[in-house]
Amino acid sequence: MTTFVLLTITGVGLGALYFLIASGLSLIYGLMGVLNFAHGAFLTVGAFGMWFVESKLGGLSVLPRFLVASLAGLVVGGVFAALVELFLIRPLYRRHIEQVLVTVGLGLATVALVTAVWGNDARPVAYPGWLSRASTVAGAHVPNVSYLLIVVALLVLASLTLFLKYTRYGLIIRAGVENRAMVTALGIDVRKAFTLVFAIGGTAAALAGVLGNVYFTTADPNRGTSLLIFAFIVVVIGGLGSLRGTAVASVVVGLVQQFANYYASSGLGDLSVVLLLGLVLLARPRGLSGSFA
Amino acid sequence: MSLLAVRDLHVYLGESHVLQGIEFDVAEGGVTALLGRNGVGKTTTLRALMGLVDRRGSIALEGRELTGTPTHRIVRRGVGYVPEDRDVFAGLTVQENLRLAERDADPRYDLVYDLFPELKQRARQLAGTLSGGQQQMVAIARALLNENRVLLVDEPTKGLAPLLVTQVADVLARVSELTTVLLVEQNLGVVQRVARDAVVLDTGRVVHIGPAQELLADRAMVHRMLGVGHAA
Repeated sequence: MTTFVLLTITGVGLGALYFLIASGLSLIYGLMGVLNFAHGAFLTVGAFGMWFVESKLGGLSVLPRFLVASLAGLVVGGVFAALVELFLIRPLYRRHIEQVLVTVGLGLATVALVTAVWGNDARPVAYPGWLSRASTVAGAHVPNVSYLLIVVALLVLASLTLFLKYTRYGLIIRAGVENRAMVTALGIDVRKAFTLVFAIGGTAAALAGVLGNVYFTTADPNRGTSLLIFAFIVVVIGGLGSLRGTAVASVVVGLVQQFANYYASSGLGDLSVVLLLGLVLLARPRGLSGSFA
Repeated sequence: MSLLAVRDLHVYLGESHVLQGIEFDVAEGGVTALLGRNGVGKTTTLRALMGLVDRRGSIALEGRELTGTPTHRIVRRGVGYVPEDRDVFAGLTVQENLRLAERDADPRYDLVYDLFPELKQRARQLAGTLSGGQQQMVAIARALLNENRVLLVDEPTKGLAPLLVTQVADVLARVSELTTVLLVEQNLGVVQRVARDAVVLDTGRVVHIGPAQELLADRAMVHRMLGVGHAA
């Protein structure tokens, strides 16, 4: 039972990390039709932004250093994403092949740049001691970082849901996911919403980068690329453009991966997720959002 | 000077030369009907005026050029649009569909709810769950919320039951007292009731311009140009 509890909570925690990356990816595709292969770069920029600022704040104690550095990582990730939309994506609207090439290139270039400047080795990150300890739930010693991931992902989900439901830009984004041309035909400059969605998605990915630094205890230039694969799987399973579908799919993928790694064989978790993707696509070609959106 | 002047307007959709240099004017006030058989380019003309398809030529609203202007700015210059097939946002409520369309500081909800009282009762209902007629009300209401110099309305009676067609015609008649309307419509009964002028397209070219009543009174011309028999 304790193993089950441990796997469940850590699986949901892993799913929470996936959700932070996948939510922006899903909104960007839903609104703009852009398959953003550079989304992992936003995570990397956020993670290294956090690590860099933290390494420059040696005089502060751990908690304020961690908080300030984390905030810096989010800002850097969000601004980077907005600039990518403005200068690389905007000139290529409706040119999907070029968009794919540019975003793939940017993803590779970002990793290459970070590696060139700081090297290929993962960089250790300092964070409050509480996050490296575990709390006991039903006899299971669950790492505290899993709770943090879950709480943060729930806050992000709630914030995005409220934003989409109650703000004018949220309304524009929801309408734009359905019919972008008609939003424009109502006199709305949908390009502003595009930049905003990129900035939101970039900030969420940067948040995943910051929390990934804690979860894996290091900032790694290749983490964005490896997590992006799972984020894409989550988005496809959840249904492109559906936030609720993405949230549900994130948890399912995290749990399947965690349980398969433990009960089958370490490393089979990744394969199980791919099998899950195949099964979902066979049963519901448009993902889970048909039932959850 | 006409309110809307279209000159040498060309549109290519893929390999197809859909609009081949069409020219016509829309005079201020009343309804100008844009007529023609299926597939002659009526909807494409409205989409070109809105900047929703790439086009070449000149479109001037009150003498100011619209070509090269992005769609959202064309709308803000006073061009309202009711698309074919309504294009309401199915996942948004009626109220949200209307809120999204608000441009003016004082949107005309009184007018909209006077014309379509049902929309007020169904404000919280998802637009995707409305009937075709109700969705058409939402589509027209969105355009009427703001003051427009000209309203482009694309086949508003398409697929509607006869009773609803009459209701939509009533609304168009009332709307035409408030603003200029360029109307694409296949139902010649509706055209006869509301239209002052008519422009007829055939295979991407303008083949007739004149008073609508005159055109509709000439059964041979109606049959030749529109391919239908019209019971006047």
